[in-house]
Amino acid sequence: MNLTTKTLAELSDLFQSGKVSSREITEAFLAEIKAQDNQINSFVTLTEDLAREMADSSDSRRKNNTLLSPLDGIPITLKDVICTKGIKTTAGSNILKNFIPPYDATVWQKLKDAGVVLLGKTNTDEFTMGSSTETSNIGVTKNPHDLTRVPGGSSGGSTASIAANFCAGTLGTDTGGSIRQPAHFCGVTGLKVSYGRVSRFGTMPMASSLDTVGPIAKTAEDCAMILSVIAGIDPKDSTTVDKEVPNYREEIKKDISELKIGLPKEYFIDGIESDILESIEATKAILKELGAKFVEISLPHTEYAVPTYYIVAPSEISANLARFDGIRFGEGREGKDLNEIYSKTRNQGFGDEVKRRILIGTYCLSSGYYDAFYRKAQKVRTLIKDDFTKAFEEVDAILTPVAPTTAFKIGSISDPIRMYLQDIFTIPSSLAGICGISVPVGTSEENLPIGAQILGPAFKEEVVLRIAHNIEQNIAKDK
Amino acid sequence: MITKKEVEHISKLAKIDISSKDLDMFTKQLGDILEFFKKLEKAKTGHVQETSQVTGLENVSRPDEIEMSDIEEELVECTPHKIEKKSIKIPKIM
Repeated sequence: MNLTTKTLAELSDLFQSGKVSSREITEAFLAEIKAQDNQINSFVTLTEDLAREMADSSDSRRKNNTLLSPLDGIPITLKDVICTKGIKTTAGSNILKNFIPPYDATVWQKLKDAGVVLLGKTNTDEFTMGSSTETSNIGVTKNPHDLTRVPGGSSGGSTASIAANFCAGTLGTDTGGSIRQPAHFCGVTGLKVSYGRVSRFGTMPMASSLDTVGPIAKTAEDCAMILSVIAGIDPKDSTTVDKEVPNYREEIKKDISELKIGLPKEYFIDGIESDILESIEATKAILKELGAKFVEISLPHTEYAVPTYYIVAPSEISANLARFDGIRFGEGREGKDLNEIYSKTRNQGFGDEVKRRILIGTYCLSSGYYDAFYRKAQKVRTLIKDDFTKAFEEVDAILTPVAPTTAFKIGSISDPIRMYLQDIFTIPSSLAGICGISVPVGTSEENLPIGAQILGPAFKEEVVLRIAHNIEQNIAKDK
Repeated sequence: MITKKEVEHISKLAKIDISSKDLDMFTKQLGDILEFFKKLEKAKTGHVQETSQVTGLENVSRPDEIEMSDIEEELVECTPHKIEKKSIKIPKIM
């Protein structure tokens, strides 16, 4: 039995029923990682000894009938921006290349309390700034489907770790598409949660009004199982919302015959690869067969989303990354005074994309430009948010492509604006703070994965997960 | 749209010491990006309110209770600089 190709839900059933031990599952993943990751480069840090220790604890709990949750004994990875006490957390940056956090992120604490096994920390664009993992200080992660291509980003190490069968589940972060775009490129399922659904305490901040932490796995059901553990209010993150956490695994099994799904005309534009459009069309047909109704809708301010995002996010980045001053933690350079320590540390510690965004943000917030850029962008953000509010008065969910292209070749996009446009279909929903999922729906002529994006209203994760689950179940039947 | 001098100025505000080669690159790229932002001029935002956050939560507070995390030594030890008497030693400020 090949354990590494199984879904998280299947492994959970096998383990809980005593058919397989957590140690066996863990060893199977470790063997796969050792055989393949020198090619793929999805790990920044492998926590082999800890994984075996945690697996043995899960096995003892199973023997004593004291299992902690359906995730007990399940091997996972974490994007390397999620702080893990005593385990190096680098954010893909030279400025934190030896940083060992003295505390745990809430999401990691919750997963530990649920009994998971940590296999390691996965690669990311530096401080999550990128769409390819090419800005990481340890170099690019390769797409497991084609080693000459990027896995997408910024959670590319995490999505590759799922696609390559290195783990059963993982956490990424999504600020403007960083879970959904790499999930699409790697052929896995990734959920961007609503803003405020999951705690960000202990996760490195990029743009605080946009950042979210969410699950990535082989299926929507697996994502639902992880989400049930990590969602909910956290006293340590005052932006989390006190809303009940549904039993997502049960919710997704409901049918979708009463659902009305919108197709926004602004998302079906020139420049999208034809294979992607065909896969979306096929997805629509599957959902129609299951009883869902489709209507064309309009999200008229979509064209403003990318420039709005690249004012709002860098402005918040320039403030957030001020903490990396080389004094209290991280790499620090010597200097004759504080200014020299700061400037040298930040010049040598940050890569070009991070510097670029800090400079843009500093400019947009600087005296004389604040109104023209930052205030204007915040107003346009309202228009974009209102587009979705209006749309969801009419429909339950929205179906769109995740990105205009499939995985691109490593090194093929060097112009920053072209890279920013990778997130043209994921950024608007991030600005609105709603939830969305990327679910595999096909492959291109070049055999590259294609995902579909399903967007739902804020705090309706169960709806997008349910639609994704229905797609997965019925695509599988066709095979 | 943006001059080398302006980029130099904002890099000082951002406390990033940029080499002259990088300064040329960033000036060009920032110019292109600012040009790209011009697209927003078309958006009609006359009476539109600004959105700075999406959940609508306001004045989130918690009970004023002291909790000891007992990690002060570990926190101080994260510094790349010298530690003296549980404090980080840096060059004179005043």
